[in-house]
Amino acid sequence: MPQFYGTEIRSRLLLGTARYPSPAVLAEAVRRSGTDIVTVSLRRETAGGRQGGAFFELIRELGVRVLPNTAGCHSVSEAVLTAKMAREVFATDWIKLEVIGHHDTLQPDVFGLVEAARILTGEGFEVFPYTTDDLVVAERLLEAGCKVLMPWCAPIGSAMGPQNPVALRAMRAAFPDVPLIVDAGIGRPSHAATVMELGYDAVLLNTAVAGAADPAAMAEAFANAIEAGHLASGAGMLEPRDMAVPSTPVIGKAVFS
Amino acid sequence: MKLTVNGEEHELPAATLADLLALLEYEGDWIATAVNGELVHGADRASHPLKDRDRIEVLSPMQGG
Repeated sequence: MPQFYGTEIRSRLLLGTARYPSPAVLAEAVRRSGTDIVTVSLRRETAGGRQGGAFFELIRELGVRVLPNTAGCHSVSEAVLTAKMAREVFATDWIKLEVIGHHDTLQPDVFGLVEAARILTGEGFEVFPYTTDDLVVAERLLEAGCKVLMPWCAPIGSAMGPQNPVALRAMRAAFPDVPLIVDAGIGRPSHAATVMELGYDAVLLNTAVAGAADPAAMAEAFANAIEAGHLASGAGMLEPRDMAVPSTPVIGKAVFS
Repeated sequence: MKLTVNGEEHELPAATLADLLALLEYEGDWIATAVNGELVHGADRASHPLKDRDRIEVLSPMQGG
Protein backbone atom coordinates (compact mmCIF):
# COMPACT_ATOMS: atom_id res chain seq x y z
CA MET A 1 0.00 0.00 0.00
CA PRO A 2 1.22 3.54 -0.63
CA GLN A 3 2.57 5.74 2.12
CA PHE A 4 1.49 9.32 2.61
CA TYR A 5 4.20 11.17 4.52
CA GLY A 6 5.42 7.93 6.04
CA THR A 7 1.99 6.64 7.00
CA GLU A 8 0.92 3.46 5.26
CA ILE A 9 -2.74 3.57 4.30
CA ARG A 10 -5.16 0.66 4.41
CA SER A 11 -7.50 1.77 1.62
CA ARG A 12 -6.96 3.56 -1.68
CA LEU A 13 -10.24 5.39 -1.25
CA LEU A 14 -10.29 8.68 0.67
CA LEU A 15 -13.80 9.81 1.47
CA GLY A 16 -15.29 13.24 2.07
CA THR A 17 -17.79 13.72 4.88
CA ALA A 18 -20.01 16.45 3.42
CA ARG A 19 -23.53 16.42 1.99
CA TYR A 20 -24.79 13.10 3.36
CA PRO A 21 -28.49 12.90 4.20
CA SER A 22 -27.68 12.25 7.88
CA PRO A 23 -24.77 11.51 10.23
CA ALA A 24 -25.92 7.87 10.41
CA VAL A 25 -25.73 7.52 6.61
CA LEU A 26 -22.28 9.12 6.64
CA ALA A 27 -21.09 6.66 9.28
CA GLU A 28 -22.45 3.69 7.33
CA ALA A 29 -20.86 4.92 4.09
CA VAL A 30 -17.48 5.29 5.80
CA ARG A 31 -17.73 1.76 7.17
CA ARG A 32 -18.81 0.20 3.86
CA SER A 33 -16.11 2.07 1.94
CA GLY A 34 -13.36 0.55 4.07
CA THR A 35 -11.58 3.90 4.03
CA ASP A 36 -9.21 4.90 6.78
CA ILE A 37 -8.93 8.56 5.78
CA VAL A 38 -11.81 11.04 5.70
CA THR A 39 -11.70 14.73 4.85
CA VAL A 40 -13.13 17.29 7.26
CA SER A 41 -13.38 21.05 7.42
CA LEU A 42 -13.73 23.99 9.81
CA ARG A 43 -16.49 26.57 9.96
CA ARG A 44 -17.56 29.37 12.25
CA GLU A 45 -19.20 28.03 15.40
CA THR A 46 -22.22 29.91 16.75
CA ALA A 47 -22.02 31.19 20.33
CA GLY A 48 -23.04 28.39 22.67
CA GLY A 49 -23.19 26.04 19.68
CA ARG A 50 -22.50 22.31 19.89
CA GLN A 51 -22.69 21.33 16.21
CA GLY A 52 -18.94 21.11 15.74
CA GLY A 53 -18.58 19.02 18.87
CA ALA A 54 -21.25 16.56 17.76
CA PHE A 55 -19.59 16.09 14.37
CA PHE A 56 -16.15 15.76 15.96
CA GLU A 57 -17.49 13.03 18.26
CA LEU A 58 -18.93 11.14 15.27
CA ILE A 59 -15.58 11.23 13.47
CA ARG A 60 -13.73 10.08 16.58
CA GLU A 61 -16.09 7.12 16.91
CA LEU A 62 -15.42 6.07 13.32
CA GLY A 63 -11.77 5.50 14.24
CA VAL A 64 -10.40 6.89 10.97
CA ARG A 65 -7.59 9.30 10.26
CA VAL A 66 -8.72 12.82 9.34
CA LEU A 67 -7.43 14.99 6.51
CA PRO A 68 -8.64 18.54 7.25
CA ASN A 69 -9.14 20.83 4.25
CA THR A 70 -8.93 24.55 3.59
CA ALA A 71 -12.06 24.52 1.44
CA GLY A 72 -13.49 27.89 0.54
CA CYS A 73 -10.21 29.74 0.97
CA HIS A 74 -9.48 32.13 -1.88
CA SER A 75 -6.23 33.63 -0.63
CA VAL A 76 -2.89 32.38 0.67
CA SER A 77 -3.34 34.07 4.06
CA GLU A 78 -6.82 32.57 4.54
CA ALA A 79 -5.61 29.10 3.61
CA VAL A 80 -2.55 29.30 5.87
CA LEU A 81 -4.56 30.50 8.88
CA THR A 82 -7.26 27.88 8.27
CA ALA A 83 -4.57 25.19 8.12
CA LYS A 84 -3.13 26.33 11.45
CA MET A 85 -6.57 26.35 13.06
CA ALA A 86 -7.26 22.88 11.66
CA ARG A 87 -4.03 21.58 13.18
CA GLU A 88 -5.11 23.05 16.51
CA VAL A 89 -8.46 21.23 16.42
CA PHE A 90 -7.63 17.94 14.73
CA ALA A 91 -4.10 17.49 16.10
CA THR A 92 -2.65 16.41 12.76
CA ASP A 93 0.02 17.92 10.50
CA TRP A 94 -1.89 16.70 7.45
CA ILE A 95 -3.70 19.37 5.47
CA LYS A 96 -5.60 19.16 2.20
CA LEU A 97 -4.58 22.51 0.79
CA GLU A 98 -7.14 24.27 -1.37
CA VAL A 99 -6.63 27.79 -2.64
CA ILE A 100 -9.56 28.41 -4.93
CA GLY A 101 -9.02 30.68 -7.92
CA HIS A 102 -12.33 30.70 -9.71
CA HIS A 103 -15.88 30.84 -8.36
CA ASP A 104 -17.59 28.86 -11.13
CA THR A 105 -15.08 26.09 -11.78
CA LEU A 106 -13.52 26.00 -8.29
CA GLN A 107 -10.26 25.71 -10.18
CA PRO A 108 -7.22 25.94 -7.90
CA ASP A 109 -5.27 29.20 -7.90
CA VAL A 110 -2.05 27.35 -8.57
CA PHE A 111 0.15 30.40 -7.90
CA GLY A 112 -1.37 30.90 -4.46
CA LEU A 113 -1.31 27.13 -3.93
CA VAL A 114 2.46 26.90 -4.41
CA GLU A 115 3.03 29.91 -2.16
CA ALA A 116 0.79 28.54 0.60
CA ALA A 117 2.36 25.08 0.28
CA ARG A 118 5.83 26.57 0.78
CA ILE A 119 4.73 28.46 3.89
CA LEU A 120 2.96 25.46 5.39
CA THR A 121 5.69 22.89 4.76
CA GLY A 122 8.06 25.39 6.39
CA GLU A 123 5.86 25.25 9.47
CA GLY A 124 5.90 21.47 9.64
CA PHE A 125 2.67 20.72 7.80
CA GLU A 126 2.34 17.68 5.55
CA VAL A 127 0.56 19.18 2.60
CA PHE A 128 -1.84 17.38 0.24
CA PRO A 129 -2.30 20.02 -2.46
CA TYR A 130 -5.51 20.07 -4.51
CA THR A 131 -4.05 21.00 -7.88
CA THR A 132 -4.59 20.75 -11.63
CA ASP A 133 -2.93 18.23 -13.93
CA ASP A 134 -0.26 20.81 -14.93
CA LEU A 135 3.20 19.23 -14.74
CA VAL A 136 5.06 22.49 -14.14
CA VAL A 137 2.82 23.34 -11.20
CA ALA A 138 3.34 19.81 -9.91
CA GLU A 139 7.11 20.31 -10.01
CA ARG A 140 6.79 23.61 -8.15
CA LEU A 141 4.68 21.93 -5.48
CA LEU A 142 7.29 19.22 -5.02
CA GLU A 143 9.99 21.90 -4.76
CA ALA A 144 7.83 23.61 -2.14
CA GLY A 145 8.04 20.45 -0.03
CA CYS A 146 4.88 18.54 -0.97
CA LYS A 147 5.36 14.77 -0.97
CA VAL A 148 1.87 13.93 -2.27
CA LEU A 149 0.00 15.49 -5.19
CA MET A 150 -3.76 15.59 -5.70
CA PRO A 151 -4.71 16.58 -9.25
CA TRP A 152 -8.33 17.10 -10.22
CA CYS A 153 -9.79 15.09 -13.08
CA ALA A 154 -12.78 17.45 -13.53
CA PRO A 155 -14.25 20.35 -11.53
CA ILE A 156 -15.29 19.63 -7.92
CA GLY A 157 -18.75 18.09 -7.69
CA SER A 158 -19.17 17.96 -11.48
CA ALA A 159 -19.28 14.15 -11.68
CA MET A 160 -17.86 14.38 -15.21
CA GLY A 161 -15.01 11.94 -14.66
CA PRO A 162 -11.56 12.15 -16.27
CA GLN A 163 -11.63 15.00 -18.80
CA ASN A 164 -7.98 14.73 -19.76
CA PRO A 165 -6.67 11.18 -19.37
CA VAL A 166 -3.63 12.10 -21.48
CA ALA A 167 -2.55 14.70 -18.91
CA LEU A 168 -3.19 12.29 -16.04
CA ARG A 169 -1.09 9.64 -17.77
CA ALA A 170 1.71 12.16 -18.35
CA MET A 171 1.63 13.14 -14.68
CA ARG A 172 1.91 9.52 -13.60
CA ALA A 173 4.84 8.99 -15.95
CA ALA A 174 6.56 12.20 -14.83
CA PHE A 175 6.37 11.43 -11.11
CA PRO A 176 6.62 7.65 -10.74
CA ASP A 177 7.66 7.82 -7.09
CA VAL A 178 5.25 10.49 -5.82
CA PRO A 179 1.95 9.29 -4.35
CA LEU A 180 -0.73 10.66 -6.68
CA ILE A 181 -4.36 10.94 -5.62
CA VAL A 182 -7.09 11.98 -8.04
CA ASP A 183 -9.19 14.49 -6.14
CA ALA A 184 -12.39 15.96 -7.52
CA GLY A 185 -14.61 15.35 -10.51
CA ILE A 186 -15.27 11.62 -10.08
CA GLY A 187 -18.93 10.75 -10.69
CA ARG A 188 -19.16 6.99 -10.87
CA PRO A 189 -17.12 3.91 -10.02
CA SER A 190 -16.01 3.43 -13.64
CA HIS A 191 -14.34 6.87 -13.50
CA ALA A 192 -12.44 5.82 -10.40
CA ALA A 193 -11.44 2.52 -12.02
CA THR A 194 -10.20 4.42 -15.07
CA VAL A 195 -7.81 6.65 -13.12
CA MET A 196 -6.61 3.72 -11.05
CA GLU A 197 -5.88 1.80 -14.28
CA LEU A 198 -3.65 4.75 -15.21
CA GLY A 199 -1.59 3.89 -12.16
CA TYR A 200 -2.82 6.43 -9.64
CA ASP A 201 -2.33 5.53 -6.00
CA ALA A 202 -5.70 6.54 -4.64
CA VAL A 203 -8.91 8.47 -5.24
CA LEU A 204 -10.52 11.12 -3.07
CA LEU A 205 -14.23 11.63 -3.59
CA ASN A 206 -17.26 12.88 -1.76
CA THR A 207 -20.31 13.98 -3.75
CA ALA A 208 -20.40 10.83 -5.89
CA VAL A 209 -21.06 8.83 -2.72
CA ALA A 210 -22.92 11.38 -0.59
CA GLY A 211 -25.29 12.29 -3.43
CA ALA A 212 -26.12 8.72 -4.43
CA ALA A 213 -29.54 7.32 -3.64
CA ASP A 214 -27.85 4.69 -1.46
CA PRO A 215 -24.56 6.22 -0.28
CA ALA A 216 -23.38 3.15 1.65
CA ALA A 217 -23.83 0.83 -1.35
CA MET A 218 -22.12 3.38 -3.59
CA ALA A 219 -19.22 3.65 -1.17
CA GLU A 220 -18.67 -0.09 -1.41
CA ALA A 221 -19.03 0.03 -5.21
CA PHE A 222 -16.30 2.68 -5.36
CA ALA A 223 -14.04 0.68 -3.07
CA ASN A 224 -14.38 -2.35 -5.36
CA ALA A 225 -13.84 -0.31 -8.53
CA ILE A 226 -10.74 1.34 -7.09
CA GLU A 227 -9.27 -1.99 -6.05
CA ALA A 228 -10.10 -3.50 -9.47
CA GLY A 229 -8.48 -0.59 -11.30
CA HIS A 230 -5.40 -0.78 -9.13
CA LEU A 231 -5.03 -4.52 -9.64
CA ALA A 232 -5.45 -4.07 -13.40
CA SER A 233 -2.83 -1.31 -13.54
CA GLY A 234 -0.18 -3.78 -12.44
CA ALA A 235 -1.47 -6.72 -14.45
CA GLY A 236 -0.59 -5.58 -17.98
CA MET A 237 -3.70 -4.61 -19.90
CA LEU A 238 -4.14 -5.34 -23.60
CA GLU A 239 -3.86 -2.54 -26.10
CA PRO A 240 -6.96 -2.01 -28.24
CA ARG A 241 -6.78 -3.00 -31.93
CA ASP A 242 -8.94 -2.36 -34.92
CA MET A 243 -9.69 -5.90 -36.13
CA ALA A 244 -11.09 -8.98 -34.41
CA VAL A 245 -8.85 -11.71 -33.05
CA PRO A 246 -10.53 -15.05 -32.34
CA SER A 247 -10.29 -15.88 -28.68
CA THR A 248 -10.91 -19.57 -29.31
CA PRO A 249 -7.91 -21.28 -30.97
CA VAL A 250 -8.57 -22.25 -34.58
CA ILE A 251 -5.88 -24.94 -34.75
CA GLY A 252 -7.45 -28.38 -34.85
CA LYS A 253 -10.87 -27.03 -35.73
CA ALA A 254 -13.06 -29.67 -37.45
CA VAL A 255 -13.80 -29.21 -41.13
CA PHE A 256 -17.32 -30.36 -42.01
CA SER A 257 -17.52 -29.55 -45.67
CA MET B 1 -15.43 47.38 24.17
CA LYS B 2 -16.40 46.61 20.58
CA LEU B 3 -15.39 43.15 19.38
CA THR B 4 -16.21 41.39 16.13
CA VAL B 5 -16.78 37.68 16.68
CA ASN B 6 -17.26 35.53 13.57
CA GLY B 7 -18.27 38.63 11.65
CA GLU B 8 -20.82 39.87 14.20
CA GLU B 9 -20.24 42.95 16.34
CA HIS B 10 -20.53 42.61 20.11
CA GLU B 11 -20.22 45.08 22.97
CA LEU B 12 -18.61 43.00 25.70
CA PRO B 13 -16.42 43.51 28.77
CA ALA B 14 -13.90 40.78 27.92
CA ALA B 15 -10.33 41.37 29.10
CA THR B 16 -8.95 38.21 27.52
CA LEU B 17 -9.88 35.78 24.78
CA ALA B 18 -10.78 33.18 27.42
CA ASP B 19 -13.16 35.71 29.06
CA LEU B 20 -14.83 36.33 25.72
CA LEU B 21 -15.35 32.62 25.04
CA ALA B 22 -16.87 32.17 28.50
CA LEU B 23 -19.20 35.15 28.06
CA LEU B 24 -20.45 33.77 24.75
CA GLU B 25 -20.68 30.25 26.21
CA TYR B 26 -18.21 28.61 23.90
CA GLU B 27 -16.81 25.41 25.32
CA GLY B 28 -15.22 22.11 24.36
CA ASP B 29 -11.80 21.05 23.14
CA TRP B 30 -12.89 21.15 19.51
CA ILE B 31 -12.73 24.90 18.82
CA ALA B 32 -9.88 26.88 17.31
CA THR B 33 -9.45 30.61 17.77
CA ALA B 34 -7.77 33.43 15.90
CA VAL B 35 -7.47 37.13 16.72
CA ASN B 36 -6.87 39.62 13.91
CA GLY B 37 -5.84 36.87 11.52
CA GLU B 38 -3.39 35.13 13.87
CA LEU B 39 -3.94 31.75 15.52
CA VAL B 40 -4.22 31.84 19.32
CA HIS B 41 -3.54 28.40 20.81
CA GLY B 42 -5.98 27.01 23.34
CA ALA B 43 -3.37 27.22 26.08
CA ASP B 44 -2.78 30.92 25.38
CA ARG B 45 -6.38 32.14 25.45
CA ALA B 46 -6.40 33.10 29.13
CA SER B 47 -3.30 35.24 28.71
CA HIS B 48 -4.29 36.80 25.39
CA PRO B 49 -5.59 40.34 26.07
CA LEU B 50 -8.30 41.78 23.87
CA LYS B 51 -8.53 45.37 22.77
CA ASP B 52 -11.22 47.51 21.22
CA ARG B 53 -12.14 46.51 17.64
CA ASP B 54 -10.33 43.17 17.70
CA ARG B 55 -11.62 40.65 15.17
CA ILE B 56 -12.04 37.17 16.60
CA GLU B 57 -12.74 33.94 14.73
CA VAL B 58 -14.03 30.85 16.52
CA LEU B 59 -14.09 27.76 14.32
CA SER B 60 -15.15 24.19 14.93
CA PRO B 61 -15.16 20.93 12.96
CA MET B 62 -17.55 20.55 10.08
CA GLN B 63 -18.22 18.10 7.29
CA GLY B 64 -15.88 18.62 4.35
CA GLY B 65 -14.86 17.17 1.01
